[in-house]
Formats: sequence, C-alpha cells, structure tokens
Amino acid sequence: MKISYYPGCTLKTKAKNMDRSAVASMAALGVELTELPRWNCCGAVFSLADDDLLHLLAPVRDLIRVMEQGQTKVAVACSMCYNTLARANLVMREDSEKRDTINSFMEEEPDYNGEVEVVHLLNILRDDIGWEKVKEKVKVPLNGLKVAPYYGCTLLRPRSVAIEPLDKLSLFSGILEALGATVIDFPASTECCSSYQILSNPDIGIAAVSKIIESAQKRGAEALVTSCPLCEYNLGKRQSDALKRYNKLQELPTFYFTQLIAVALGLGMEVSEFQLNHPGAIPLLKSKNVVSINP
Amino acid sequence: MTIEISDKTYDKDFVEKVEELSGENFHKCMQCGTCSGGCPMIEHVDIPPRKIMHLIHFGLKDRVMRSKTPWICATCNTCAVQCPRGVELPKVLEAIRQLILRENTNYIEPSDMSEEVLTDAPQIAMVSCFRKHTS
Repeated sequence: MKISYYPGCTLKTKAKNMDRSAVASMAALGVELTELPRWNCCGAVFSLADDDLLHLLAPVRDLIRVMEQGQTKVAVACSMCYNTLARANLVMREDSEKRDTINSFMEEEPDYNGEVEVVHLLNILRDDIGWEKVKEKVKVPLNGLKVAPYYGCTLLRPRSVAIEPLDKLSLFSGILEALGATVIDFPASTECCSSYQILSNPDIGIAAVSKIIESAQKRGAEALVTSCPLCEYNLGKRQSDALKRYNKLQELPTFYFTQLIAVALGLGMEVSEFQLNHPGAIPLLKSKNVVSINP
Repeated sequence: MTIEISDKTYDKDFVEKVEELSGENFHKCMQCGTCSGGCPMIEHVDIPPRKIMHLIHFGLKDRVMRSKTPWICATCNTCAVQCPRGVELPKVLEAIRQLILRENTNYIEPSDMSEEVLTDAPQIAMVSCFRKHTS
C-alpha cells in the first residue's frame, strides 16, 4: 500500500531519527510512505486570527501536492504538522468564503476543496495495518520496558482534528503494547509541555516540563514516548535544565514512537539513530536487552 | 481592586476588533471559570483567562493590552475543549496578540536569542515562536 507522506522541516533536520524510523518501520509493515514532491513548511501553527488567510496558503499548497500525486490521503508523523495541515484542511472543506478567496489568490494552483484526508501515522498503524499485524512482525519485543505515552496538545486539541477522543485514549497504548512494552498511564499525558514558550519564556517552559517528568516518574515510567519533535526537545533535550532546578527529578529518556517500532521490528540501530535522543535512551534499551551493540 | 466601568471606560472599537479578529462571540461566556481551572499556565499568568474575558466584556482595553497572559498562553486549547459554552478562548487571546503585533512591535527579538538555543531548537519551535510573538 502506498500513502503520500509529509515529513515537515524538523523531521528532515533535527528529528531525522523520527523520519528515518517512520519510513523504515512503515515499509516493514507493508506501507510505502511516498514523500511529497516540492513540499513546503506548513507554518508549524494554525492561524487563529479570523482575517489571516495568508498563513493558510502554505499548508493548503502541501495538500494540493497530495492531489498531484494522485492520492487522497496524506500521512503525517509530526504532531504539530498534523495539527496545522488538518485544521487548514477543515477550513477548505467547511468555509466556502475563505476557500474561494484562497483558491482565487493561488491562481497558479488547481482549486482545492478539502479533498485530501490528513492522517496521523498512529491512525494508519491501527486502521490500515492493525495491532495484530504489528505483533506478528515484532522480532525484538520490548519486554519489561515501562514507557509513558505523552500525547501533548496538538494530537488531541481542538476536538475537530483529534486523532482519537480525549476521553478514550488507546492509540499510543495500542502500538506500545503490540511492541511488547508495558504502558504507564500518567495524569500529565495530555498536558502542555509549554511548546514554543521554551524560547520566549524558558523559565515557564522548564516548570511545565518538570511537572510532566515528575508525573510520569511517580507512576513508575522509565521513558517517555512522543510523536512531536518540539515536545521531544522540551522534555528530552531541555530536561537537563529541569533536573538542575528540581532535584527531586531523575533522568527520564525520551523516544519517538517510530523509533521503538523500528527497534522492535529488528530494523537496526542506524535506522533509529538513538544517539540523537536523550543520553539515557541507549543504556535503557541495553538494560532491557533490546539492543546489544554500541551505535 | 475597584474597577471603574462607565460609558467613558468602555472602548467599543476595541471590543469590536477583538470580536472581528477572533471570530468568537465572547458574550456567550458565563464566567464559570472552567478555563482558569484547567489552564496549565495559571500560576504564571497575571490575569486569569476568565478575568481576561470579563475585562474584554467591559471594554477595558488598557488593562487587557497590558496583561502578560496572551504572551504566556501556548495555545494548548485545554480551555477550548473544556468550555461549556463553546468559546474558543485561544482565538480571543490571539486577537489580543495580533492587535499588539500589528502595531509593528515584537514580544521577543529573535536576534536576542542565544546561539546555543538557535542551534539546538527544532525548526517548529522557532517558526511557531516567531509566528506567535513577532510582527
């Protein structure tokens, strides 16, 4: 099965470990992610001002690229790109006045009316592949690895683009259990990690990060799993700032869910590039006998 | 603190601009405080989101425009999914930010950021931050 794939800027630079592990894992599960030709930055955040149509052009152009590929569905791994593309798509489907203005402004492009479906990889894993098939393909089960799924904001809010209902979360636990891991539910799973405030108001950002790490550790988590490179930056790379400020916190490695799929499918360390993760990631996987060699 | 409300303090133009930019009918707000109760940034804001709605309702432009709250909100949408009246408060705060940014002012200066942060931060962090906090 072929599905259009929108990687986004961060997956091609700072989060190559997510991009490579996503493409390789999906291929091993029978889904060929076909990267869009000439994709552009989606804008990272959806425009909330009612008169700001200009910032809808970038995500709509990406959706037009999907149509040009002859596809009706685009797979997205990055949570922020997913949210931005899905919300722009809803505007084109539901607001005829804005749709007409945008289509007439982009006269060099074919008209777009929201024909494409924007889908997160977690939904494709459950709905197009299925947990049972994932289980069958697992070669290195993540037995004994206690992982806490961190949804954050943009996969679930607003409700109009939520990948699943807020009160019935099962996508992360579904994939992680299929890989053999022990899923740790924790209260801060859907709380905000401070997003871009880590740059504008770093003290507030670190406070938000600390709460999430503490919440997961109190429940016995050994690692956090996410699908957002900004969450991973805040919770993983900026974790050292949180540990300096709050001495009750312990190190907590962070992973992209795609990396755990890749390693469980036996795809090799070079696909997951764990050296780009929190420094505790590789020692944790070694301690569970999931990986045995140095990267 | 006593708040004076009269036809002299009510800024009709401000109220209409916030309504137009947000696309929200904030008169639906019934001041239940669910937004403030669920806000993950509540300990850091100077005016809680419920009170921001109240002040806009009263047309008290200066108090709203001086608040730090719109610049602390990370648009997590927790308030929006919990509001029993269906008000999308993040859109109201975006309207406040836009009213300020469109005066050609910046909340942060990208050139003031450390080289370390600009080297390490993912692109989505910088793009989203500059979209929300610069003109």
